[in-house]
Amino acid sequence: MHVSDTALLLARWQFAFTVSFHIIFPAISIGLASYLAVLEGLWLKTGKVVYKELFFFWSKVFAVGFAMGVVSGVVMSYQFGTNWSGFSAVAGAVTGPLLAFEVMTAFFLEAGFLGIMLFGWTKVGPKAHFFATLMVAVGTLISTFWILSSNSWMQTPQGFELVDGKVVPTDWLKIVFNPSFPYRLVHMALAAFIVAAVIVGACGAWHLLRGRKDDAIRKSFSMALWMLLVVVPIQVAVGDAHGLNTREHQPAKIAAIEGLWETEKGGTSLNLVGWPDMEAEITHYAVKVPHLGSVILTHTWDGEIQGLKSFPPEDRPNSTIVFWSFRIMVGMGLLMLLLAVCGLALRRHGRLYDARWFQRFALFMAPSGLIALLAGWVTTEAGRQPWVVYGVLRTRDAVSSITVDQVGTSLMIFVMVYFLVFGTGIYYMLKLMAKGPHLPHDEADAEASDTGRGRERFDHRPLSRPTDSIDE
Amino acid sequence: MPIDLPVIWAAIIAFGVFMYVMLDGFDLGIGLIFPFFDREGERQVMLNTVAPVWDGNETWMVLGGACLYAVFPLAYSILLPATYLPIIAMLCGLIFRGVAFEIRAKARRTQHLWDLAFIVGSGVATFAQGVILGTLLQGVEVRDGKFAGGPFDWFSPFNLFSGIGLLVTYATLGCGWLLMKTEGELQRRMAVLMRPLTLALGATVGIVSIWTIAGQDSVAKRWFALPDLFFFLPVPILVIACLIGILVCVRRGADRAPFLLTMAILFLGYTGLIISIFPNIIPPSVDIWTASAPRSSQVFTLVGAAIVIPIILAYTTLAYWVFRGKVRADDEGYH
Repeated sequence: MHVSDTALLLARWQFAFTVSFHIIFPAISIGLASYLAVLEGLWLKTGKVVYKELFFFWSKVFAVGFAMGVVSGVVMSYQFGTNWSGFSAVAGAVTGPLLAFEVMTAFFLEAGFLGIMLFGWTKVGPKAHFFATLMVAVGTLISTFWILSSNSWMQTPQGFELVDGKVVPTDWLKIVFNPSFPYRLVHMALAAFIVAAVIVGACGAWHLLRGRKDDAIRKSFSMALWMLLVVVPIQVAVGDAHGLNTREHQPAKIAAIEGLWETEKGGTSLNLVGWPDMEAEITHYAVKVPHLGSVILTHTWDGEIQGLKSFPPEDRPNSTIVFWSFRIMVGMGLLMLLLAVCGLALRRHGRLYDARWFQRFALFMAPSGLIALLAGWVTTEAGRQPWVVYGVLRTRDAVSSITVDQVGTSLMIFVMVYFLVFGTGIYYMLKLMAKGPHLPHDEADAEASDTGRGRERFDHRPLSRPTDSIDE
Repeated sequence: MPIDLPVIWAAIIAFGVFMYVMLDGFDLGIGLIFPFFDREGERQVMLNTVAPVWDGNETWMVLGGACLYAVFPLAYSILLPATYLPIIAMLCGLIFRGVAFEIRAKARRTQHLWDLAFIVGSGVATFAQGVILGTLLQGVEVRDGKFAGGPFDWFSPFNLFSGIGLLVTYATLGCGWLLMKTEGELQRRMAVLMRPLTLALGATVGIVSIWTIAGQDSVAKRWFALPDLFFFLPVPILVIACLIGILVCVRRGADRAPFLLTMAILFLGYTGLIISIFPNIIPPSVDIWTASAPRSSQVFTLVGAAIVIPIILAYTTLAYWVFRGKVRADDEGYH
């Protein structure tokens, strides 16, 4: 059955829409799970009650986000069958087992220990509880490992042969550890940490702006800024290395990201801004910096970068999209760097908790991690087009024999359901964050001691009490 | 003789799907009988019985889907387009239900809306699963390794009845689970509800069985060929014994037996289903060998499954053990 261009386009929109909505939640979960493990570890080690308060507080936000991630993720794996059965038929032999490994080694680990982590305070001892929290955090990272391996294989496929037009795996080590995998894995894991750090920081800033300056608020604000100060520079370096790797394996993607049409001799300039035009094969209004392209992408003064014109038109990704999505990601990264550095400067002058302009800045940066993350994924995914498996299977050959009606209807349903359900979910997460951790004098027992470890302390502290409603 | 990987994999996936139907069956069932219970605090207790484990239960479905995709990609790429709209409906149902779990306890003003989302989500997801099951039983039109039917092929009386059948099955499971996990007045009302559910379950199992055999010669031949009939005969006999067992145990006020017996019925029905279609994976024309992924994919995934699935079973058991016993309205540590 012939699949119309419209059905293909709608199927692509459906995937882009659902995966973009989905990734928001796992990114928050990955970051928060590790943060929670650190908080609980610190609490067990120091016995300071502030860590426990923060743990309880963020675990509530985590629980909502995690549930959103689970239910929106189920949709993803089924789409490979419903809309992209060509992809399943050709490349399922590689991506299927990787997905199965993710489910077996990560999803069950998370789901199995999540119950104990969220509801098990009174059922198990503190050490066992800490173990459960660790398992949930490790589970999220294992999950990242497999899904990034699968995605990276689609970007830089190897370790297989084609038999009757279908992928037959020959070397699983080569498949799992394909050339772009290490870079993409580290880049994504750090991105998730940054997503959580800017959100935790912004939540702290919001409460500081509202006049709450107790220990829990200060601590979370300070921890988030330390985290950013360490991780953002590393992320910049990893991103740079990832770029070199992409130039080696997917030169057309790099050319599209840079809006570079000609292969320039004796050093490539960099288009800072501009408007790449796919029809006219030119980048309008380009502001160029000589040699900077070579310096960034080859680490040499006059390294050569292939222009888009050296690829046949049917093999070119859409430069207009990836040129800008890439710049949005980098721009967000630079703003985060600025935030972290300002934070350090204020800290040295002892004004971290007083400078209101800085707190507003931190609050404003709340979504920056997610924006950068989404922009980065748009860059790498749209930059892989017109291929779904780079050089092996074109996107247009991967779509199921579906009708416009089917895919159009389901897209419409998904858009409505997602905005309704996940919109509400996000609203509740924001409400929870706006409520903030319990004030230290909220309950008598919290003041009683700063060293009260042991399970008996939990017996009177349920995760959230019936009075904890958040929509009144 | 080389190991017949597709058979091993068919067994693993059959196991995974059974785990899903059994485990998510009872927590979807809680949503289905939600409308009958609306006294103060009752619904929250019902939810609390599964709050720590529902997520793990649903993961078995993801496992079934992912393994099917990994080792029988052809079956995956036929079944999903063939049941496109029921799949979408099921996913949307699961979305509403999953989110309601998390948010219901935290909401006040909008709590009744989340209750509705939980009920309708559970109902739609269950019904859609039943329709998908019916479609599979009835057979899917395949040409050149692709789904060759229309977008509404799944819309048939038999498939819709399968949907109703699964609603009854899950509701009975859910009721049995709550009979085991609650006490006092709530438990007593569960016992009252369990009896009509059990009778309805017996009726639907009977109707689906007869309808399948009457409607499909291949299934009838499989069941009634001698001497196989004598091996298969215990299945329906045991189902009837279990149904009677549930009614007797409920009357005697047993805690656990009704739930265990309902699971036994589910297991027997599932066995019957497998007897009816094996070795096909998409009846009537695609068998497990045709649908198989390359050997290297099946081996690679099998190595992982052999190591990891026992570990999963161990800590899943642990999670159920930690949260064993009755759930009370004043329990702490829940939402």
